[in-house]
Amino acid sequence: MPLEWIGISVLWTFLYGYIIVASIDFGAGFFSYYSYLTKKEHVVNKIIDRYLSPVWEVTNVFLIFFIVGIVGFFPDTAYYYGTALLIPGGIALILLTIRGSFYAFANYGGRDSKFFLFLYGMTGLFIPAALSTGLTISEGGFIVKNGEKIEFLGGALFRSPYSWTVVFLAIVSILYISASFLTYYANKAGDVPASEQLRKYSLFWSGPTILASVLVFWGLSHHNPIHFEKAWNISWVFICSFLCFLAAVYLIWKRKFLGFSFIAVMMQFAFAFFGYGYSHLPYLLYPYITLQSGLTNSTMGWALVLAFIAGLVLLIPSLVLLMWLFLFNAKYIRNEK
Amino acid sequence: MDSVFWSRMLTEETLAFHIIWAAIGVGVPIFISLAEFIGIQKKDVHYTMMAKRWTRGFVITVAVGVVTGTCIGVLLSLLWPTFMQLVGNVISLPLFLETFAFFFEAIFLGIYLYTWDRFKNPYWHWLTSIPVIIGSTLSAVFITTVNSFMNTPAGFKLDAAGKVIDIDPIGAMLNPATPSKVGHVVSSSYLISGLLLAGLAAFFILRGRQHIYYKKALKLTMVTTFILSITTILMGDISAKFLAEHQPAKLAAAEWHFETKEGAPLVLFGSLDPKTNEVKYAIEIPKALSILATNNPNGTVIGLDSIPKNLWPPLYIHYLFDTKVSIGFYLLFITAVFLILWMWKKGNPFHPIVLCGVVIAAPLSFIAMELGWVFAEAGRLPWIITGIMKVGEAATTAANVKLMYFLFSGLYLLLAIVACIVLYRLFKGKPAEAELKAFEGGIS
Ligand code: HDD
Ligand code: HEM
Ligand code: HEM
Repeated sequence: MPLEWIGISVLWTFLYGYIIVASIDFGAGFFSYYSYLTKKEHVVNKIIDRYLSPVWEVTNVFLIFFIVGIVGFFPDTAYYYGTALLIPGGIALILLTIRGSFYAFANYGGRDSKFFLFLYGMTGLFIPAALSTGLTISEGGFIVKNGEKIEFLGGALFRSPYSWTVVFLAIVSILYISASFLTYYANKAGDVPASEQLRKYSLFWSGPTILASVLVFWGLSHHNPIHFEKAWNISWVFICSFLCFLAAVYLIWKRKFLGFSFIAVMMQFAFAFFGYGYSHLPYLLYPYITLQSGLTNSTMGWALVLAFIAGLVLLIPSLVLLMWLFLFNAKYIRNEK
Repeated sequence: MDSVFWSRMLTEETLAFHIIWAAIGVGVPIFISLAEFIGIQKKDVHYTMMAKRWTRGFVITVAVGVVTGTCIGVLLSLLWPTFMQLVGNVISLPLFLETFAFFFEAIFLGIYLYTWDRFKNPYWHWLTSIPVIIGSTLSAVFITTVNSFMNTPAGFKLDAAGKVIDIDPIGAMLNPATPSKVGHVVSSSYLISGLLLAGLAAFFILRGRQHIYYKKALKLTMVTTFILSITTILMGDISAKFLAEHQPAKLAAAEWHFETKEGAPLVLFGSLDPKTNEVKYAIEIPKALSILATNNPNGTVIGLDSIPKNLWPPLYIHYLFDTKVSIGFYLLFITAVFLILWMWKKGNPFHPIVLCGVVIAAPLSFIAMELGWVFAEAGRLPWIITGIMKVGEAATTAANVKLMYFLFSGLYLLLAIVACIVLYRLFKGKPAEAELKAFEGGIS
């Protein structure tokens, strides 16, 4: 496989990983706050805490990995996106910082504060909204080069219907992913009331997720017809995604095989996300950076690939250990240990 | 021009804030692990309790370290896009490796925190602290190699058009500055973490806590920090010799050494007339600079006269360097005093004066670290990558950096305040004595 394909596959996979683990986290923040508002916090919050406490730092590293990796493999992206995105990037960063630190303060500092909970819930919606505009921007039209100067057209982004459909999709997806996972997790913990409550959330958000996906396609067809056409050519991928969606909703509806239903949710997003990414190529930033033009020199590229393989050898066993201890350990989930 | 200035301010502020928490993140796991190990070996619950209490505070500081680190990671691309474009081509390997170190640390920190009572054999739990140590120390090592690269770039060539060619990622990582810098940074991070814990223990004894727990904590940290002050000073000396060879401008500016000559004297303290560059009120030690820089009383030390004036680093770094070195020797002194009084049968290492000295050492050591960084970074000016790229050419051309500066300043202020309040609340009303009693009561 050529270097640029290895690079982008690795990065895209990690971004996918981030989307799944971070969605669970972001959505959980919102559900915590929502159930506090509706006086149901005693039902779901314990489950949420139990899962999130050991893993929040790991979630953050997924994002760092993606950012450092893309600068490493495709240094031009640092130049274009970096120059253009000072303000939106800075604001997303501030939100992310507030969220991470306050989560740790509330959780390890051992103090339940409504204000912390509020911040945690709200940033859980705003951060994905802000981060998702990164993908919108990559479609082109919002970063332009005038001579040597790189400019960001924030106003155009704000007025673009496509951009809003992406934001909408991001928000409903995290709620849907998160609720589906937590339904499974609560069920595994034998916590019937929590599982029932989360099941309702999950079913509730499944409809808007599909609606938003359709809207995004519609938006894309107007904003970047070339990309839309490429996506259309591999429409089977998106059909697979939809079938996974049906399977997931059916299983949750029937309260059966909740583990499989979450796997179906992951597959649904995997198909959609990789299909989207594949049809996006070769552009990393339309029309300025392509996979080939942006690639780092091959010595560095292969060094990074080797480092990546060595890193995985270390990481995979550690991640398995983490999951074995906290995710698939029924005793831990049930709070017996 | 404006965005260059504000980019500098924002970078400096973010780094200066991050390194406080990062250094704690690098060093404290060593002490936690040590205490837990001694606790298991000696079957002494005091040490186990020490490890638990330190861990509880540690997670709060780690959280701030993680989020501010994320800020730097992203801000580097936002504020220095041209720099990152070049860095991406030459030195992204250690940055990439660093993320694996973070991963490793993050995973095992989660495991360490939530498995205190899950293993029958306590050594298993202790073992999970080792990857945390490895992960955090390696992240310091990797990021320091990047900083070393900025000081002494290596592992690539520039062609006529200014494009990088002949790239050697390992060579870039193991550039001439790497050994001395990594050694000094890691050793000083351990040192200041130990002093932080020692300072807290000494503070509580001074406040009248009688329990043997605090004395044990103080003894443990004092022995280790004594050794670490020696290694830090040694590594500092190696760093100075490195500067003499590879970054003579930085050393000359730090020592106010204007003329290249043999047998150069060392200028201690003093003040500089900004117009005439005349040094006043300084202590001059004949030949000492030559000894420091070259191990030879008659060695030649390059002075500022050999460097074009527009490439001089700022001369105020002399004050930073002297203050830092003074603090370094103070740290060695106070830890040595404690140990001597402890060894000496009639001595009382817990004398209030000694304890006060230990308490002061904690903030002083953090000041020394900040001064060290400002010295090292400002001494690189006007370059962002020595000899390759100047700070002014590297900064973003975007407007509104000033706004970002103020937003982030507010953020760091908020973080600092809330973190302190949370830490205070965490331990207020929960002295070790009470916890130990509950703990021992539970066992018997
Ligand atoms: C507690 C912290 C601490 C203490 C006590 C010392 N240092 Fe230090 N010093 C650092 C913490 C530090 C640092 C923060 O870790 C720096 C900043 C950049 C670096 O590489 O390490 C540093 C940099 C630094 C440099 C510049 C290296 C470079 O730019 O490449 C020199 C020459 C010294 N130190 C020398 C010394 C000497 C002779 C000391 C004797 C007492 C000393 N340091 C004590
Ligand atoms: C340009 C400089 C730096 C950058 C870009 C940087 C980047 C980062 C990032 C992205 C994180 C968050 C990782 C996570 O999510 O877990 C982080 C945390 C950390 N950084 Fe930095 N860092 C810098 C300087 C330093 C220095 C000088 C040290 C050590 C002396 C250091 C040591 C650490 C450690 C140990 C952590 C883990 C958090 C903790 O345990 O406290 N970093 N850094
Ligand atoms: C990739 C890594 C790094 C980059 C891009 C970077 C960049 C810069 C830049 C551009 C400045 C401004 C210099 C000036 O104009 O005053 C600066 C200053 C500074 N940096 Fe670095 N640096 C890096 C690594 C580090 C590390 C690892 C540390 C330590 C934790 C550090 C600590 C500082 C400090 C304390 C200053 C303030 C110096 C002053 O006041 O002039 N830097 N850095």
